[in-house]
Amino acid sequence: MSHLLEINNLSVKFHIFGGTVQAVRGISLNLNKGETLAIVGESGSGKSVTSKAIMGLIPSPPGEIATGDILFEGNDLVKYSKKQLQKIRGKEISMIFQDPMTALNPTMKIGKQIMEGLIKHQGMTKHDAKKRAIELLQLVGIPNPEKRVDEYPHQFSGGMRQRVVIAIALACNPKILIADEPTTALDVTIQAQILDLMRDLQKKTGTAIILITHDLGVVANLAQRVAVMYGGKIVETGTLDEIFYNPKHPYTWGLLSSMPKLHAKTDKLLAIPGTPPDLSNPPKGCPFAPRCPYAMKVCTDHMPEYTEMSSTQRTACWLLDERAPKVEPPATIGVGGSNND
Amino acid sequence: MTEQREKLLQVKNLKKYFTISRQDILKAVDEISFDVYKGETLGLVGESGCGKSTTGRTIIRLYEPTDGKVVFDNHDISGKLSAKTRKELRRRMQMIFQDPYASLNPRMMVKDIIAEGIDIHHLAKSPKERMERVYEMLETVGLNREHANRYPHEFSGGQRQRIGIARALAVDPDFIIADEPISALDVSIQAQVVNLLQELQEKQGLTFLFIAHDLSMVKHISDRVGVMYLGNMAELASSDEVYEHPLHPYTQSLLSAIPVADPNIERSRERIILEGDVPSPIDPPSGCRFRTRCPFAMDVCAKVRPKWHEVEKDHWVACHLHDEEMKTEKA
Repeated sequence: MSHLLEINNLSVKFHIFGGTVQAVRGISLNLNKGETLAIVGESGSGKSVTSKAIMGLIPSPPGEIATGDILFEGNDLVKYSKKQLQKIRGKEISMIFQDPMTALNPTMKIGKQIMEGLIKHQGMTKHDAKKRAIELLQLVGIPNPEKRVDEYPHQFSGGMRQRVVIAIALACNPKILIADEPTTALDVTIQAQILDLMRDLQKKTGTAIILITHDLGVVANLAQRVAVMYGGKIVETGTLDEIFYNPKHPYTWGLLSSMPKLHAKTDKLLAIPGTPPDLSNPPKGCPFAPRCPYAMKVCTDHMPEYTEMSSTQRTACWLLDERAPKVEPPATIGVGGSNND
Repeated sequence: MTEQREKLLQVKNLKKYFTISRQDILKAVDEISFDVYKGETLGLVGESGCGKSTTGRTIIRLYEPTDGKVVFDNHDISGKLSAKTRKELRRRMQMIFQDPYASLNPRMMVKDIIAEGIDIHHLAKSPKERMERVYEMLETVGLNREHANRYPHEFSGGQRQRIGIARALAVDPDFIIADEPISALDVSIQAQVVNLLQELQEKQGLTFLFIAHDLSMVKHISDRVGVMYLGNMAELASSDEVYEHPLHPYTQSLLSAIPVADPNIERSRERIILEGDVPSPIDPPSGCRFRTRCPFAMDVCAKVRPKWHEVEKDHWVACHLHDEEMKTEKA
């Protein structure tokens, strides 16, 4: 029962001009040692805000963690002071950002940027830290690390910079690594390199990864468990296979069928009509109801409770209520093992 | 596609160089040739910096071509153009841009954005006809009449992209260059826009040049796909052919690099992971430009630039591995 990270009923609000945006609305999640949990969803679904809340990076004001707690090894990070959080950030929990072009300080040598955390958190001397920085660069696959350690970010390509960002994140052997769209800004061939590297490093270091992405291909490549977010809520969680082969929520169906398949012929994509809800005025019921082809009256008025589909899969949808009509998922999500090409 | 295909656009040895400084010339597009047939969608894929956007922009003359020929509907449009032909060209070729936030003037109302082309080309005889046309366009792309009097900031990304499409369609073009039209949009919205483009093509017989880096989407929408690498065209064939029988090692590795949204496939797949990064187009490798990352590179690849030729019917490739002359020479 002891998870590495446990999020209970977390809500995050942003007070902005003309109202309050309820970016995250009462989500619960947990993360075990050494596993990779993917949080998927569209822009504005609350996935990045969730990760920022874990890191204590919600700017306040205008942001505010309204309810809930984030237990890291049993300690509530929400109650931590700025100072206490600084000791956690970069050491126990670290983060890889989306854009390697802006995540690094352009006026600092990359060696120094890696050494910063080592000196601060682990009390290393400059000399030892530099040695470790070179080791780390080697670990993330940067050729000629002795020389490159004294170079500036502009001398690196995008993929190489993302490797440096990963080296910084892993410098202090964190227990959790939050990767917020780690490959979105990269080209496919470079993305393949970085995904490979991340999987490799996880094997070596045993770090748990929270992967935030909208790319289901990346999820299938890296994750073991998946949480699907929509409108500030988690609508479905489950293991990788459960979400891809036995999804129960219409939004998950929609996500899976709106992606073209590389290995099969699709005549027409099944688009989800409409647009995501405005979270400054969130719907009372299920956030997906206005776009859901199966929506019933109850959906617009009441948020469904979670239904336990298995010991690992939970889905919040009224269709799973015993009084609801039985609905078959669309055939277009049939990703099953029928690919012979 | 068995009927006689009519070439709408022919690109022959197109070059576009940018002068960076006195010594450096960036060869963004270096001698590429392809045809676009009437009514088809040709996809152009490649990684950033491969020249796919430059190709599109040079065809439509947003950039002046350095060398080579572009023939549109039997008229050479790469040389000097009279103001009249240039204007006519701009009406018949339209562009949809990548970023729906940057490509619409925030200070213009939607109706004026859409009608700008109508005004320039005098396609409406009266203000009433102009508005009728705007309403028609809005409805074609799935928006409402009421949207005409609003400003771009009132719309979401997907809706803005629809406005961009309406603007392109307003002048009744034959050929549309869509430069990454969906990459700034969310997955569920991407599918909406792609479906819209396909519907429009069916109804109005439009021809598309679809530029994107998302290979699975390109495969979905395109009849034929061209793969570019560092200013060169590596391979061009029907989309099924490219995905099922890729010949060029770059196409092969590009395809194997895409993560597939299917865990079972992901677990069992063998990937070709390319080493290193794309070299700089300012000082590209000699011979074949892909040779520095190519797992099959031979001596000849460094010396001779591979010929762009048709290996099988409608399957073009530039690679020494598939060059018959090279093979016979070796034997």
